[in-house]
Amino acid sequence: MQTEQIRTEVHQFIESNFIFNKKKTLGEDESLIDSGVIDSTGVLELIAFLEQRFQVKFEDNELVAENFDSVNKIIRFIGKKSTGMAA
Amino acid sequence: MCGIGGIVNFSDRHDPPSLEILRSMVGAIRHRGPDEFGVYRDVRAGLGHARLSIVDLSTGQQPLSNEDDTLWIIFNGEIFNFIELRQELEKLGHTFRTHSDTEVIVHAYESWGVDCFERFNGQWALALWDSEAKSLILSRDRIGVRPLYIHEHEGRLWFASEVKAIFADPSVPREIDVRGLAQTFKYWAPIAPTSLYIGIEELPPGSTRIYRSDGTRQDIRYWRPTYNEKKVGYSSLAEATDLLREKLTRATQIRTLRADVPVGSYLSGGLDSSLIARLGREAKAGTFQTFSIRFEDAEFDETDYQRVMAATIDSNHREVVVTKNDIASVFPDVIRHTERPILRTAPAPLYLLSQLVRDSGIKAVLTGEGADEMLAGYDLFREAKIRMFWANQPASKVRPSLFDQLYPYLVRSPQQARGMALEFWKRGLDRSSLPGFSHDPRWMTTSSLQRFFSAETRSCLESNAPCEYLETLPPEFAKWDPLAQAQFIEVETLLSSYLISSQGDRMLMAHSVEGRFPFLDADVMEFCNSLPAQYKLNGLNEKFILKKVASGIVPEKIIRRSKQPYRAPDAVSFFGKHAPEYVEDLLSEQALRDNGLFDTNVVKGLHAKCRQRAANSDVVFSNTDNMGLVGILSTQLVVDQIIRNNESRTGRDIKFTTLIDRVLVSSHQQ
Repeated sequence: MQTEQIRTEVHQFIESNFIFNKKKTLGEDESLIDSGVIDSTGVLELIAFLEQRFQVKFEDNELVAENFDSVNKIIRFIGKKSTGMAA
Repeated sequence: MCGIGGIVNFSDRHDPPSLEILRSMVGAIRHRGPDEFGVYRDVRAGLGHARLSIVDLSTGQQPLSNEDDTLWIIFNGEIFNFIELRQELEKLGHTFRTHSDTEVIVHAYESWGVDCFERFNGQWALALWDSEAKSLILSRDRIGVRPLYIHEHEGRLWFASEVKAIFADPSVPREIDVRGLAQTFKYWAPIAPTSLYIGIEELPPGSTRIYRSDGTRQDIRYWRPTYNEKKVGYSSLAEATDLLREKLTRATQIRTLRADVPVGSYLSGGLDSSLIARLGREAKAGTFQTFSIRFEDAEFDETDYQRVMAATIDSNHREVVVTKNDIASVFPDVIRHTERPILRTAPAPLYLLSQLVRDSGIKAVLTGEGADEMLAGYDLFREAKIRMFWANQPASKVRPSLFDQLYPYLVRSPQQARGMALEFWKRGLDRSSLPGFSHDPRWMTTSSLQRFFSAETRSCLESNAPCEYLETLPPEFAKWDPLAQAQFIEVETLLSSYLISSQGDRMLMAHSVEGRFPFLDADVMEFCNSLPAQYKLNGLNEKFILKKVASGIVPEKIIRRSKQPYRAPDAVSFFGKHAPEYVEDLLSEQALRDNGLFDTNVVKGLHAKCRQRAANSDVVFSNTDNMGLVGILSTQLVVDQIIRNNESRTGRDIKFTTLIDRVLVSSHQQ
């Protein structure tokens, strides 16, 4: 899948599941945690979506902010996983 | 217990307070005191009272006066040490006509002035009118168990137990104060003196206010929690344990016995209420009633533990089973009583529980509120401790692993959830030496809900910011240990502002039941606040000393339970095929636009998400979605019921059985 399509879908998911506000644009490097977009229980929803939609698996030790806390970080993580590299 | 309401003029240019308005005010809170209604009126002041007769059934009517009828009181509450105070006052020469604690207050004020309140051990919201000096005293107990709201306008004052009684006067404007709304969506409730309504002030707990005849006023904060470690009367944990047990026993005893009606007890299945129920049961002979909530959903249910305790004390035990549908169907009534938005549905089952108590013919119950605040029971205290430890070495991998000890019950892939939780607890570790560190995670998560506010609300807040609670901390706060600091904040922001009010007093009073709280006994609180931190939170072992107090008195199985915070099914209760119509109505675009408080599109998104997720039976709502949905829905209900309709006006036609009217009809227009 093309990176731009992944980016679009990730934005769409975050918007319709957490922000609910089409007028708010989420920065590509904006921290989801710090901006209050997701809480600790909500992030499980994000992980479930990413795993299912992009066929990647977060190992327990990969559940760190570095891998999911912004759109760019998510894209990087999916990219690494898709090419078979360890995160 | 009771309800009070009154109107006082601070100049002679106003007409005397209208008897009919006073009748409406008292009628609006008749649920707080359905047994007798009384009013006093003179040219300057009107004092109304709705009585729930518990002490001195035959002669304790209110309003009540001193020996020469110059000082008048209306009072909601109980002064549990009234017997001892009366003895002191009789020695000072006072004579008493009744056997009530109400009369004791009047004479105490005569002898000791405004210093009298510090001698009271109990719960109260009261008004004392000096008809000669034309001055008014308002006072509330230390924790604010009993409520008191105030409205001032052009030389006239209204005050009452609940806002709905002030709004019973149609001349009082009704509008949501978005500052109170913003505080709700951060601290869980407005913090006194801020309220949810413009022009309505909440008298802070532990306060006395004096209004002089010209309307000028003086505020006295006679009590705020303080934590100065001083081992008075004990030199070891064992001795402290004995002392605490003694004080709790006495506190429970006077709350069980000092009533002319039987007193029962709530039983949640947890340590606190189990201990109180046991102590209550031992205080009196004869039958002892206990009451519990059972949940249809196993996730929230604590039936086994409740029944074990009921059997241990051989009580007459009654239960009410609560389903999600029950919660949704009583929710509007619940909000009519809280008069404020809530972020969790936890008060709703308590509304049903007090109904059970009332139906069983009981007017007063002991309950365990306060123990978690006084003796460090909440997870928040343990989390704060680990976070602080972690903050000392942020790079450590070992320190955060302590969180594993906190949440062994995490159901789905514990590692996954733990990993996630760590990312959130890591936030703000650099703030570990700043006040409020303990509460940052809760406040940050809750504040994120403000993204649901409409542009209108937000712009109003920009020019009119709500009070920052942390700016009100007393200077001595900095000297206390971190646990005490966290406890102080929890007492003021959670216990007083939300738990004891929305979940406590309002839910009990909705069915005319008086709650009695041994853990909020003045002597017990003072003792708990003097304990060293490790007696309260020992490592990560919460309520350490209380577990020792309970040993041998409460079954080990209950003492050893890991802390289960009392919770009820939240947002999920409002969806599904049996969901009541009001949910869709109040969350509709039109309803949201009419009230203008929330952004219609953002709420629509949340609403759609909840509806969709609820359709899948094993899906769990996230914490913020839960709070958001419940918070927005309850705010809409507040506007609907308190601002617009002020509920049905039936039942307002009460008859005053005590009527003292000093206004000469011929010289004033009514």
